[in-house]
Amino acid sequence: MSALSIEAVGLTKHYNSFIALSDLNLSLSGSKCVGFLGPNGAGKTTTLKIFADMIRPTKGKALINGIDVRENKKEALAGCGILVETPEIYPSLTVREALSMLAEIRGIPGSRKKEMIFEAISEVKMEEWLDKKVGKLSKGMKQRVNIAAALLAEPEIMLLDEPSTGLDPRGMAEVREIVKGLKRKSRLIFMSSHLLSEVAEVCDEVAIIDHGRLLMYDTIENATAGLSGSGDITIAEVDFSKPLGEPLLKSISHIEGVVEAAPLNHKRLALKFRGGVEAQERILGEIAAMKSGMISFKPSSSALEDAYLRLVKDTV
Amino acid sequence: MVRNLPGSLSQVKTIAKYEFINYLRTRRFFILLSITVAISILLTSVVAYYRPAGFMSSELGFYSSWWGLAVNYILILSAIFFGGDAISGEFQNKTGYFLIGNPISRTAIYAGKWIAALLASLTVFAVFTAFTIANGFYYFGINVPWQFGLSFLFSILYLVSIMGFTFFFSSIFKSSSMSILVTAILFLFAFNLIQTLVSNLVQMEPWFLITYGAQIIGNILNDPYPQNIVEIQIGPNRTFTSYNATVPEGIAIMAIYFAVTMILGLYIFKRKELT
Repeated sequence: MSALSIEAVGLTKHYNSFIALSDLNLSLSGSKCVGFLGPNGAGKTTTLKIFADMIRPTKGKALINGIDVRENKKEALAGCGILVETPEIYPSLTVREALSMLAEIRGIPGSRKKEMIFEAISEVKMEEWLDKKVGKLSKGMKQRVNIAAALLAEPEIMLLDEPSTGLDPRGMAEVREIVKGLKRKSRLIFMSSHLLSEVAEVCDEVAIIDHGRLLMYDTIENATAGLSGSGDITIAEVDFSKPLGEPLLKSISHIEGVVEAAPLNHKRLALKFRGGVEAQERILGEIAAMKSGMISFKPSSSALEDAYLRLVKDTV
Repeated sequence: MVRNLPGSLSQVKTIAKYEFINYLRTRRFFILLSITVAISILLTSVVAYYRPAGFMSSELGFYSSWWGLAVNYILILSAIFFGGDAISGEFQNKTGYFLIGNPISRTAIYAGKWIAALLASLTVFAVFTAFTIANGFYYFGINVPWQFGLSFLFSILYLVSIMGFTFFFSSIFKSSSMSILVTAILFLFAFNLIQTLVSNLVQMEPWFLITYGAQIIGNILNDPYPQNIVEIQIGPNRTFTSYNATVPEGIAIMAIYFAVTMILGLYIFKRKELT
C-alpha cells in the first residue's frame, strides 16, 4: 500500500459574504485516525464536502494521495470511502441493490461482489435487511447502510462526517468499533465529530477548526496536555474491578509524577500526572503492582473537552 | 487492494440499470402506466362502439386519429414524471450524497439518469404503441402505413428532446416540485399559448418552439403533408396564417433542443453544489 495522505492546501470557501473556510492548510499522512473537531458552522463538513467533490473550493486544493479531487475525481476517490451528512438512498431499491450499484461503480469484480457486500453489511449488523427495500428502513438503519457503503471496496482512506449521527447508543459503540477495526487494518481515517469522548477513544490525532481556520493539529496526548491549562499534565480515566479504598487512593497519589488521583465513582478515578508517555508506563506498572484490580486506562475525554473549550473559546 | 475502476461508459450503464429498476418500482410509474392503459382502453371502447368516420375512413386516417389524439400527452407526461425531478431530487432528497462521493464523474451520473428516465418513458410509450397497433391490426389488418413508422420515430425523437429539456429544468431547481411544475406548465400550456400568439397575432413562424417542431409527429400522418405556410381568407381584408413545420425543420428543432438543453443541463449539474 502506498503512503496514504489527505492534504488541504490553502482551502478557502466563500458563500457570498460568509467565509466558511479560510486558507485551511492541513496535511494528514500514514495510517491513523484523525478527529476533526469544531463548533457548528466551523467548516468541518465544508472541508469534507470539498474532499468528496460535493462542493467546489473558492480557492486552494484538496488532495487525496497527492491527486487533486477537482482535476481527477475518479482517481482521487478510487481508494476512498466517504460518508458525509446522512445520505438518502433510492427508496425502491433493496439494500443489496443499492450496495451492488456502488460495487459496480467501484469496479468490484462480479465474483467478489456478493461476498464484499455481505462483509460490509455484516460490519454494521444489517445482514437480515439485505433484501429489504431501503424505503422501509429507519433513519438509523439507513445510516448503517451508508456506513456499509463507505466500507465497501475496502477503502484505504475514510472520510467520515459525524458517522454516529442518527444512531442509538449501541450503534454509536459499533461505529467506534468499526473505526478501531479500520485502524488495525492500517487505514487513514479523517472523522469529524461532536462527540469528544468518541474522538478521545478512537482517534490518534485531533485537528480543531473554528471560523474556517485551523486552530491546532496534534496528537490527542499533546492536545490535552498542552491545552488543558495544566502544562505537560496528562489526564486519564482509570477503571478498577473492585471499589477504590482510601489506602489505594493514597498510594496512587504518592506515585512519583502523579499530581492528583480523584475518584469519579467507586470504581473509577481521574488521574493527573506529569512526564508524558514514559511516566505513564511507570505509573501504570506501579498501580498494577499494587494488585489494585486496574482493568482499563484511557486518556480522559474531559481533558480533551477542556482543551477544546479553551481553544475554541479563545477564538470567539 | 488493486483498484481497477470501470470506464465511464460502464459506470453510465450501472447508473442507468439501477435507476431504471428504481423507476419501475415507483408509484409514479404505475400511475403513468395506468393512465396510458386507461386512455388506450377508452379509445378502444369508443372506436369499437361508435366507429367514428375519421377513424374508419382509411388506415392512415385511423392511425392519424388514434395517435394524434394522445401520443403528445403521453410523451410529455412521461418526461415530466421521470425527468422532472431526476436531478433536483438528488439535491432535495439528499440521494446525491450517496452517489457523488464516489469515484464517478458527474457526467456519468447525469447520462445514466437520463438513459434510465428515457427507458422508463419508452416502456410506457411502448404500451400505448402496442394498443394502437393492435387496434390497427384489428380494423385494417397487418398493413401499417409507412407514415406511422416515421411518426413513431419522430415521437421517440420528441421524447429524447423533451427529456433533455426536463433534465435541464431539473438541474436548475433544487426543489423537485418546482422543476416538475415549471416543466409541466411550459409543455402543457405555455409553449402552445406562445405558438398561437406568435403565429396568429404576430404572423411569424414559431420555429423556436419545440412543440412547433413536434407537429411533424401528427402532420406526417396526413396525406398530403400540410404546406409550410397556409393562408386562409377569413374576411374581406383579413387573412389567417397558419404554419406547419416541415419534416427537416421539425427534426432540426427537436435535435437542437436536445443538444442545447443537454449541454446546459450538464453544465449546471456539474457546477451545482450539495450544500
